[in-house]
Amino acid sequence: MTDPLPTATAQPPRPRGFLAAWLLSTDHKRIGIMYLAALTLVLAAGAALGVLMRLSAVAPGALLNARHYNQTFTLHGVLMIFLFVIPGIPVSFGNFLLPLLIGARDVAFPRLNRLSWWLYLTGAAVILSSLFLKGGPLDTGWTFYAPYSVQTRTQVSFAVVGVFILGFSSILTGLNFVTTIHRLRAPGMGWLRMPLFPWTLYATGWVQLLATPVLAVTLVFIVLERFFGVGFFDPAKGGDPILFEHLFWIYSHPAVYIMVLPAMGVVSEIVPTFARRTVYGYRAVAFSAVCIAAVGYLVWGHHMFTSGMSDTSRTLFSLLTFLVAVPSGVKIFNWVATLHGGSIRTDAPMLFALTFIFLFSIGGLTGLIIGSLAPNLHVHATYFIVGHFHYVMFGGAGMAFLAALHYWFPKITGRLYDERAARAGWVLLFVGFNLLYFTMFVLGLQGMPRRYFDYPARYFPGHMTATVGSWILALGLAVVLGNLLRALRRGAPAPADPWGGTTLEWTTSSPPPPENFEEIPVVTRGPYAYGEGARR
Amino acid sequence: MTAVAGAGAQAHGEGGAKLGMWLFLLTELLFFSGAFLLYAVFRARYAAGFHAAAADESTAIGTANTLVLLTSSLCMALAIAALRQGRVRASLLGQGATMLLGLVFLAVKATEWAGKIGRGLYPDSPVLLRREHGEVLFFGLYYVLTGIHAVHVAIGIGVIAAAFLLTARGRLGPGRYALLENAGLFWHFVDVVWIYLFPLFYLVT
Repeated sequence: MTDPLPTATAQPPRPRGFLAAWLLSTDHKRIGIMYLAALTLVLAAGAALGVLMRLSAVAPGALLNARHYNQTFTLHGVLMIFLFVIPGIPVSFGNFLLPLLIGARDVAFPRLNRLSWWLYLTGAAVILSSLFLKGGPLDTGWTFYAPYSVQTRTQVSFAVVGVFILGFSSILTGLNFVTTIHRLRAPGMGWLRMPLFPWTLYATGWVQLLATPVLAVTLVFIVLERFFGVGFFDPAKGGDPILFEHLFWIYSHPAVYIMVLPAMGVVSEIVPTFARRTVYGYRAVAFSAVCIAAVGYLVWGHHMFTSGMSDTSRTLFSLLTFLVAVPSGVKIFNWVATLHGGSIRTDAPMLFALTFIFLFSIGGLTGLIIGSLAPNLHVHATYFIVGHFHYVMFGGAGMAFLAALHYWFPKITGRLYDERAARAGWVLLFVGFNLLYFTMFVLGLQGMPRRYFDYPARYFPGHMTATVGSWILALGLAVVLGNLLRALRRGAPAPADPWGGTTLEWTTSSPPPPENFEEIPVVTRGPYAYGEGARR
Repeated sequence: MTAVAGAGAQAHGEGGAKLGMWLFLLTELLFFSGAFLLYAVFRARYAAGFHAAAADESTAIGTANTLVLLTSSLCMALAIAALRQGRVRASLLGQGATMLLGLVFLAVKATEWAGKIGRGLYPDSPVLLRREHGEVLFFGLYYVLTGIHAVHVAIGIGVIAAAFLLTARGRLGPGRYALLENAGLFWHFVDVVWIYLFPLFYLVT
C-alpha cells in the first residue's frame, strides 16, 4: 500500500523508515489500517484451516489423523474467535471511523491505542509460538474446558497466555472508545445525534470492559492449575469443573455481543445510505444496542443446559435467552422498515448488509431453538450448534466485516474497486455459505455430533455437500479480497462521498487528512438526514 | 507523536485520564471478583474445612500488614495533595514513603509464604493433599489471591516509581498531576482489595 496520508501538518514530521512510521504511529487511522491488514490475514488463515477440516471430514484419516484434526479445529477456533471476530470490527473500522463519525481528531488516548495494537501483535505472536513449542498445538477446542485443558500435554499454557494478552488489548480498546465517545463528540453532537455505529461501539466498549476481566482471571486459573496443581477445577482435590464452565461463559457469552453489536452498527450505517432514508426508529435502534449489551450478561447459563444445573436455573436462563431476541428483533424490524419505501440501491456494501440481515435472522431464530430446553437437549453438541454459530458469527459479524470493507474502502484508501467483481464474489459467498452451513443444520438434526473425527456412512452425503459448499465459499472470499487488493493499486481515485452518505466521515477527503477535519465540524441535526432537500 | 500533536491537546484533559483510570479499575474489580466467586462457592461447600484451615493464619501478621498498607495509602494521598499545592519535596517524600511501605508489605507477605511453604503447605504438596478438600481449596485460594494481590502491589510500586522520577525531573507538578493521581487511585484500589482479603483469610474462621 502506498502512503495514503498526505503530510500537510504545520509541524514537519521527523524522518522515519516506512515500518517505524506505521508501527510507531498514534494516528487512529493508521492503527485501524494495520489492524485491518492483520485481521484480513487471520481471516484468510482461519478460512484455510476451515477448508482443511471440511476436506478431512469427507475422507477421515486420509488427510489428518484424529489428533491433528483436533488441533486443526482448535486452531481454527482460536484464530477466528480471539484474533478475528472479537477484535474484528471495533479495532479496524471502529478505530478508523469512530473519531471521524463523531467529529474528533483522534481517540481519547492515542498512545494507549498504539499499545493495544502492540498487545494484539504480542498476543498473536504468543499464540502462534505455541504451535512450535514442546507439546505442539493445543487440542482443547477454543473453549479450553477444564479438566482436559489442565491435563493435556499440548501447549495450552502459551496459547492461554496469548489470549490473556489479547484480552488486555480488548479492554484498552473498549476503555479508549467509551472515554472517546463521552468526551470528544463534536460540538452540537448530543447523544441522540450520534450515528448508530458509534452507539454500538459504545455498548461494545462496556461489554469489553465488564466481561473480559472474568475471562482473564479464568485463564490465569488454567495456567496456575497447569503449573501448580491448585485444584480449583479438579474434583480429586474438591474443585469443580462446572465452575470453569460458568466462569468461561460469563465472559464468552457477552463476547458474542462484542462480535455482533458492532456488526449491527455497520449495517445501521449502510442501510439508510443505500435506501436514502433516515433510519426508522433511530432511538429504538440506538437503545436496543444498549439493551442487548445489558441482557447479554445474564444468559451464559444457556451454554450449560446439559452440564448439570437445577431445573429452575435452566428455565431462567432459557427465558433470559429469549429476552435477548427482543432488542435484536427491534433492530431487524427497524432496518426492514427503513428499506420500506426507500429508494434502494444495491451496490456491493448494501448486498453484504442485506446478506447480514438475512443470515443473521436465520442464526438468531435457530438460536431460539437452541435456547429452548427440550430441543437443546436434542441438538446439544451436534452440527446444529456449529451451523447456528456460523450463521451468527460468519453470516453476522463476518458479512458485516465485508460490508464495512466495501462501504468504507473508498474512504480508507482513496480508491474505488470494481463493482462487478465484488458482486460476483458476493454471489459465490452467498451460495457457498448456505450450502456449507445450512447443511450443518440438517446434519445436526440427523444426529451428527460436532468435533467428531469420523462418523457412520449415513452422514456422508451431508458432509460432502458441506465440503463442496466450503470450496465455493473459499472461492468467493478469494474473489472478494482479490478484487479489493487489486483496487488498492489500480482503483480509480475516490471522491469524498461516493455513496451519498450523510454522516461526518463523508464530509472530509478520501483518505482523510492526518487530523481528520480542516476544522472540527459543528453538528446541527441528527444523522441520516435524507429528504426535504437535506441531501448534501 | 507526529501527526496527532493537535489531537493530543484536544484529547488529554486531566478529566479524560481520570475517567479512563476509573474504567480500568472497574475491570480490575471484575478480575478479582472472579476469584471471590470461587471463594464464595467453595466456602459454602466446605465450611468446616475452611474453618479449620483459617486457624492456620496468623491474625497478628495480617493485622500488621493491613496497618502498613493503610498507612501507605495515607502517604500517597498526602503526596498528591502536596504536589497539587506545589510542595514538590513533600510530595517526593510521600511517594517515597508509599513505595517503602509497599516493599515492607511484600516482605512480610514473603516471610509468611516462606513459613507456610517451609511446613510443606503449598498447592499440590503431599502435606496439603492429605488434608480435607476444604483445606486444600482454602490454601489454594490463599496463595492465588494473595499472590495476584502481591503482583498488583509490585506493579503499583513500579508505577509510583515512574511518577517519582517524573516528579523529580519536573515533568509532574502543580499544573499536571493526572499521572500521580491515577497512580494513587490504583494504589488505593489495591489497598481496598486487601481490606477484603484480610477478613476472608485471617478473621473469618
